[in-house]
Amino acid sequence: MSTATTHDAHHEEHPSGLARWIFTTNHKDIGTLYLLFALLMFIVGGAMAMIIRAELFEPGLQFVEPQFFNSMTTMHALVMIFGAVMPAFVGLANWLIPMMIGAPDMALPRMNNWSFWILPFAFAILISTLFMDGGAPAGGWTMYPPLVLQTGNAFPFLIFAVHLMGISSIMGAINVIVTIINMRAPGMTMMKMPLFVWTWLITAYLLIATMPVLAGSVTMLLTDRFFDTSFFDAAGGGDPVMFQHIFWFFGHPEVYILILPAFGIVSQIIPTFARKPLFGYSSMVYATASIAFLSFIVWAHHMFTVGMPLTGELFFMYATMLIAVPTGVKVFNWVSTMWKGSMTFETPMLFAVGFVVMFTIGGFSGLMLAIAPVDFQYHDTYFVVAHFHYVLVTGAVFAIMGATYYWLPKWTGHMYSEKLGKLHFWLSTISVNVLFFPQHFLGLAGMPRRIPDYSPQFTEFNQLSSIGGFAFGLTQLLFVYIVIQTIRGGEKASEQVWEGAHGLEWTLPSPPPYHSFSTAPEIK
Amino acid sequence: MTAGDEVNAGKRRTIRNLMFVVVGMFGFVFALVPLYNVFCSITGLNGKTSGERAVIVDMEPDLSRTVNVAFVASVNESMPWEFRPDVVRMQVHPGKNYRTAFFARNGAGQAMVGQAVPSVTPGLAASHFRKTECFCFTEQRFEAGESREMPLIFMIDKDLPEDIHEVTLAYTFFDKQKLLD
Repeated sequence: MSTATTHDAHHEEHPSGLARWIFTTNHKDIGTLYLLFALLMFIVGGAMAMIIRAELFEPGLQFVEPQFFNSMTTMHALVMIFGAVMPAFVGLANWLIPMMIGAPDMALPRMNNWSFWILPFAFAILISTLFMDGGAPAGGWTMYPPLVLQTGNAFPFLIFAVHLMGISSIMGAINVIVTIINMRAPGMTMMKMPLFVWTWLITAYLLIATMPVLAGSVTMLLTDRFFDTSFFDAAGGGDPVMFQHIFWFFGHPEVYILILPAFGIVSQIIPTFARKPLFGYSSMVYATASIAFLSFIVWAHHMFTVGMPLTGELFFMYATMLIAVPTGVKVFNWVSTMWKGSMTFETPMLFAVGFVVMFTIGGFSGLMLAIAPVDFQYHDTYFVVAHFHYVLVTGAVFAIMGATYYWLPKWTGHMYSEKLGKLHFWLSTISVNVLFFPQHFLGLAGMPRRIPDYSPQFTEFNQLSSIGGFAFGLTQLLFVYIVIQTIRGGEKASEQVWEGAHGLEWTLPSPPPYHSFSTAPEIK
Repeated sequence: MTAGDEVNAGKRRTIRNLMFVVVGMFGFVFALVPLYNVFCSITGLNGKTSGERAVIVDMEPDLSRTVNVAFVASVNESMPWEFRPDVVRMQVHPGKNYRTAFFARNGAGQAMVGQAVPSVTPGLAASHFRKTECFCFTEQRFEAGESREMPLIFMIDKDLPEDIHEVTLAYTFFDKQKLLD
């Protein structure tokens, strides 16, 4: 099937050099920009994590001031969530969704350009706060008042940076939805869409519904600080706890925004290397939708210790546990897809299988945290830190890395070095577990999070964790090397790249032409 | 109408609908503020007590039941005031009026106006904590170095849920001047 289209010369003209990247409206260029930006932010956020782990190598204060330590935990979270994981997913969406549904480009190419180019400015603003009077924001990425209102000059910069990130995400999400709803090739019905497209469609709806909530709540913080409102100020009749309710009403759907596209990626990779179609396609779609719906009614499980009537604790506890059901459906579907498949373990598959195992560990610790009476002990300890790093690092980040290895040959036309890829996977997997697994024990033993110092009995596990952290950090430089090496050259990749790969993107040449599917392909 | 026009019309429709959601959700956040306050004043979830003087009612006290009431007093950041309850803990019978007092002293070199904001834990007890006299109803002006005892007359009403045995009343003094500036 030859869907690689010939294109008229008019479309093929595009500026070269820097101007190409600044003015580009091409989904592949913008996808590349997003992905490279995410990689850069991953390194920046990672460097902050290295400072945290260095300080925690020993009890007492070694390298940094407590205030700066708190800035590091705050900024690490903001940079990783809004700068690394979310842009990486948007980059993948840009590259893949048009190719997967047989569309020539994203529906709104100029807005696409804008939504990317806002991001470097947002993060320049955010990172510049490190050099301001009073230091960078240090009250935690959750920005709870009244603490966050004590931020120095950095405060309005923090708020505007969050606004810009929100605008960028909303525009990106609108683009994804409009593309998927209106630009599918003839015959590509909703229930024939690849799962990556489905999960992104649902993620985009979550973004549209919750990003304005975040924008509104930080706007209230801004007016509380500068315009004498008292939304969250008890002295003026407000209620600081209300911020936590509003924030987590955004925040919980946000954590699914960070994982649903990862579910989609893994659902693309596993069938390829198991050489079997995905088990339970429609149940995967319904499970994703159920998770998205449930994410709106569980927010207060982040606030069990804040004070709630018993009925409230029970409702949020049971609703949270209910999420394990659709998530379990997914995990069983992935395992069933692998069951009796002709499996091979190329690097993308290793990351996907690693995802299934380690994301599930993170899911289980999440279930433990869902139990309200138990959460009273775990709340704000390293157990929580271990939990969300298992779902975000070995979950979301591993899926993004798996996706990179899986589609990089398609994007660049070159095969990456399988030997280095496997080395990267194994070093990452070993070090990430050395890094985060001991943190479960630290949390259960009572070590609080976001504190630069700790009791001496926590020393050994912290040192273990720090060693794992440094190893994981160094290993990611190998990832950067592999990506650059593959972009620059390597063995030619075929159209299909992987023997078991199915889907429209694999019918295009590697690398795909600048404009693909100018004439829509026919889907049987 | 060509197929291309149809796709463009479809795109416009989708964008318009999505923009409604975005704008609607942004408005919804601000609507949440009054909604939250109404919800809390009905259910007493956030521990806010009534800012109004409670009507004095003569109730037959329930002597068979004893509730622990704990008092907490704190001042907000950067307020050089001394502020503490005369007694930290009282055993009370629901339906009976009690009188206690808080002590405050302005340690600043100038007159200051403070406002005490109460909060009751657990939140569900808030609506059952009836204050007939409280220094929190009005602003309190203290001259430089002035100190005084401020009375509180309260009653826990008999409708307090059976499973609540301990109620904490916390006051925080806020610098009213700073709020006005």
